Amino acid sequence: MRITQGCFSFLPDLTDEQIRAQVEYILSREWAVGIEFTDEPHPRNTYWEMWGNPMFDLKDAKGVMMELDECRKAHGDSYIRINAFDSTRGWETVMMSFIVNRPASEPSLRTWRTEADGRHIRYTHELVGR
Amino acid sequence: MDGDAGDTLATVDLKAEYETSGVREILDELERELIGLAPVKQRIRETAALLLVDRARRELGLAHETPTLHMSFTGNPGTGKTTVALKMAGLLHRLGYVRKGHLVSVTRDDLVGQYIGHTAPKTKEVLKKAMGGVLFIDEAYYLYKPDNERDYGQEAIEILLQVMENNRDDLVVIMAGYADRMDRFFAANPGFRSRIAHHIEFPDYTDEELGRISASMLEGQGYAFDEGGRQAMEEYIRLRREQPHFANARSIRNALDRARLRQANRLFSADGPVDARALSTITEADIRPSRVFSGGLDTDGHRADAD
Repeated sequence: MRITQGCFSFLPDLTDEQIRAQVEYILSREWAVGIEFTDEPHPRNTYWEMWGNPMFDLKDAKGVMMELDECRKAHGDSYIRINAFDSTRGWETVMMSFIVNRPASEPSLRTWRTEADGRHIRYTHELVGR
Repeated sequence: MDGDAGDTLATVDLKAEYETSGVREILDELERELIGLAPVKQRIRETAALLLVDRARRELGLAHETPTLHMSFTGNPGTGKTTVALKMAGLLHRLGYVRKGHLVSVTRDDLVGQYIGHTAPKTKEVLKKAMGGVLFIDEAYYLYKPDNERDYGQEAIEILLQVMENNRDDLVVIMAGYADRMDRFFAANPGFRSRIAHHIEFPDYTDEELGRISASMLEGQGYAFDEGGRQAMEEYIRLRREQPHFANARSIRNALDRARLRQANRLFSADGPVDARALSTITEADIRPSRVFSGGLDTDGHRADAD
C-alpha cells in the first residue's frame, strides 16, 4: 500500500528534478534542510533517524542532492524524507516535510475499530506485512 | 539570432553579450575599485573573453564540455587575492558558470579535522556550502605536510580533487597563497596542477599605488590626509617596505587604524571644541610617532606587525 504523509502526498512521487526545485525553494526561504529515514512509516512514529546533520547555510540545492544520493545508497529500501526547518524565533518548527524515497514493497496499514465505554469508538492503526 | 529557420547562419553578437550579461559591469567595477594590479586585471579580462566566447560556442552547439575553471592566485599577502576572488565569483555568476555566485573562503582549519574520521565530514560540509559558488582556499599549501605522512590534510586533498573533477558544473575552486610555496605544493600534488587551468600572479604594489590605496581607504572611512599627513604616509610606506612582515595593503590598513587611534587621542587631550574638519583629518602628528620611523620594530618576533 502506498504510504502517504507530508507535503505533496497526493501527487505522484517527485522526480529528482522536482525535489531539487523544492529544495531551492526551501533554501530561498533560508530554512535548514534535514534528511531523515526510517523503515517504520507508521503515522505515529515521529522519530525518524537523521542522515548526517541538518544543513544550515547552504546556497545551492546540489549540496542536499549529494546527501540524498548518499542516503539512498545506504538506505535505498527505506522511507526517506526531507524536512525544512525554520529557525526564526517564534517559528522554530518544521515548515515543510515530504517523502523522497520509498521501499520497493511497502507495508500496509490495518485499522482496528474497538468499542469502548459508553458509545466511544477507538481506532488503532497497525502496520502489517510487506 | 533571428527567427529565420534553416539556411541563415546562426550568429552570436559577442559585444551585445558582453553588455547584457553584466560582465562589463564587473570588469568596470574591478578597474574602478582596485588600484594597480594591471597584470591581474589583464588576465581577468582575457579569462572573461574566453568564457564569453566559450558560452557563445555552446549556444551554437560547437562545444559541450564545461571548461575547467579552477584557478590559483599567487602573490604576497595583502595583494588583493581575496578581493579579486570575490569579483571572480561575480563574473562567473554573470556568465552562468556558477549558479549562485557566492564565495566561501576557507583555510586548512576549516577542511582538516583533528582526529581520524573527522576530516571527510568536515571537508564535505564546506563543499556543500560552496556548491553553486566559488570555494576560496587561502594558503592551500598547508593542506599538504610532506614531513608527516599521517597528516589528515591528504584526506582533504583527495576529496577536493574528486569534487574538482566530478562537480565542475557545480563549483569553482580557487587556491591562493605565496608563489614559491604554491609551486612546491603543485609539484608535490600533480593532480591539482592538471586540474587548475588558470594561474594568476599578483604583483606587489608600488609605493605610489600604496599611497593611493591609503588615501582611498581613508576616504572610505570618512577621513582624509592633510598635506603633511600625506607626505608622512608616503615616507612611512617607503620605510615600512624595508622592514619585516610587510604585507602590502594590509600593512597600510593597520597603519591607518593606528593613525586613527593617535588622532583620537590627540584630539581628546587637546583642549577646546573640535570641528568636523579636525575630526576627519589625519595629520603628520598622527603618523610620525610610528615606530617605523625610529628604526622599526624589534625583529626578534615579539610583535607581528609594526607599531
